[in-house]
Order: sequence, then C-alpha cells, then structure tokens
Amino acid sequence: MSTLRQGSQAVAIEQDVVLARQTARKLSIECGLRLVDQTKLITAASELARNAVIYGGGGHMDWELLEDGARRGLRLIFRDDGPGIPDVKLAMTDGWTSGGGLGLGLTGARRLVDEFSLESAPGAGTRVTICKWT
Amino acid sequence: MERIPILRMGEFLLVTIQVDMHDQLAMTLQDDLSERISGTGARGVLIDISALDIVDSFIGRMIATISGLSKIMDAETVVVGMQPAVAITLVELGLTLPGVITALDVERGMRLLRDRLQSR
Ligand SMILES: Nc1ncnc2c1ncn2[C@@H]1O[C@H](COP(=O)(O)OP(=O)(O)OP(=O)(O)O)[C@@H](O)[C@H]1O
Ligand SMILES: [Mg+2]
Repeated sequence: MSTLRQGSQAVAIEQDVVLARQTARKLSIECGLRLVDQTKLITAASELARNAVIYGGGGHMDWELLEDGARRGLRLIFRDDGPGIPDVKLAMTDGWTSGGGLGLGLTGARRLVDEFSLESAPGAGTRVTICKWT
Repeated sequence: MERIPILRMGEFLLVTIQVDMHDQLAMTLQDDLSERISGTGARGVLIDISALDIVDSFIGRMIATISGLSKIMDAETVVVGMQPAVAITLVELGLTLPGVITALDVERGMRLLRDRLQSR
C-alpha cells in the first residue's frame, strides 16, 4: 500500500465543517469512489468534523489518497487535543449523546465507511480514522 | 447575514436549498420558516433539497424539526428531490426521518400537499 498524496486542514470553527466536506468531496471524486460511496464518506466526514469542533474544541483533518494494487482509497483522520472521551464504548452506542445531538455521529460514521478506528482518552484528545476503498 | 430565501406561492412556502449550509445557516432557516408560517398562515411548506449532495445528522434533524414545527402550526411539510445516494446514506447513518413526507420533485410535492389539504 502506498500513499499517493496527503494533506491537512484545520477544523476549528463551524464554517470549517463545510470546508472539510468540500475537501472530502473533491478527494473522493479524485479517488474514483462511486457516487454513493462518495456521499457516505462525505457524510461521515461531516459528522466527525463537527464533533472535533463542538466537543474537541477544534482540531485538524488529515487526508491521504492511497493505492493498494488496483484499489484506491481515501483515508481521513480527525484529531483534536480536546477533553477526550471518557467512555469510548458508551460513545459508540447508537443514540448516546452528552450534548443535544442525536448520538448518531460516531456510530453512523462507522457504518458508512470500510475502516473505522477511534482512539481517545480523558485529557489526551480524540483521533478518529476512517477509510473508504474503491 | 446570509440567509436561505423563502418564496411564497399562494398558500404554500417554497424553500430551495442550493448551498452547502453550515449549521448556523440551517438554524436560521428553521427560525425564519416558523416565523413565515405563522406570519402568512401558509398551509404547506416545500423544501427542495435536490441540490444537496449530502444530508448529515444536523441537516436531517433540522428537516425533522421543521416538519414537526409546521404540523403544530397547522401546516404540512414535504421534502422534495432527495438524491438516491443521499437517501441510502441517511438510512445507513441511522436517520429515518419519521413523520417526514417526501416527494420526487416540486411538482409532485405540490400535488401531494394539495391532496392532503383537500382531504382534511
Ligand atoms: N472529538 C470529540 N471529543 C470529545 N468528545 C467527543 C468527540 N466526539 C464525540 N464525543 C462524545 O461522544 C458523544 C457521541 O458523539 P456522536 O457524534 O455519536 O453524537 P452527538 O455528536 O452527541 O450527536 P449527533 O452527532 O448525532 O448530532 C458526544 O455526545 C460526545 O460526548
Ligand atoms: Mg456528533
């Protein structure tokens, strides 16, 4: 597996969520994902970018265009240095929210992508990695 | 401030969402719409989302809220033009939008609204 291209952008304020969606859209087209997979990846990115802004106090979205044999993939990493998630298992429960949300962001994002990993600890920030392959 | 325009068409209101809305813009639309429904006594609201290539949990929740709000104010909301890929994604995300009425396009949405109002 090799990395074709990579980059990073800030997700600090609400407007950055829109910009993160735009970047995810551009890259998923470039990656060659089919339309429904583009839509799924952009939607997952939107959820995770919003979480980074609202709960993480802002962070970054790193992206990587990948190639693995004949397949291409897009990996997005959302990271912040916020308070972290005390109970990751609870946070990964459908419908659980600490705020006024629907509690669908994390679990929904996991369903929408091929690879999902969440690393978080209290005081150590949060890092969510998602990836979708052609 | 940036706003999504709300058009009046007889007893209906038409909203065409053409931009990728940030969360605050969506909240403003929700407030503007409830004000316009009560101000005009509109009986129906059409929300055209055919230009939206994604609907995430935030926009989904806004749509559900508008639909619920309008019912309380004696109006019906119909969401028109949802792209198939958006519909598939919404279901997988876990958002089923209960109580939200949908139609394929504005024309059908309008017909649906008229029928529903007549049968009341
Ligand atoms: N980056 C983060 N930093 C700290 N806590 C987080 C972060 N992301 C998620 N959480 C916690 O996990 C919970 C679940 O997140 P999730 O996105 O699933 O739901 P939500 O944001 O509460 O609602 P929704 O996304 O449906 O509007 C959040 O309420 C929050 O407590
Ligand atoms: Mg969320």
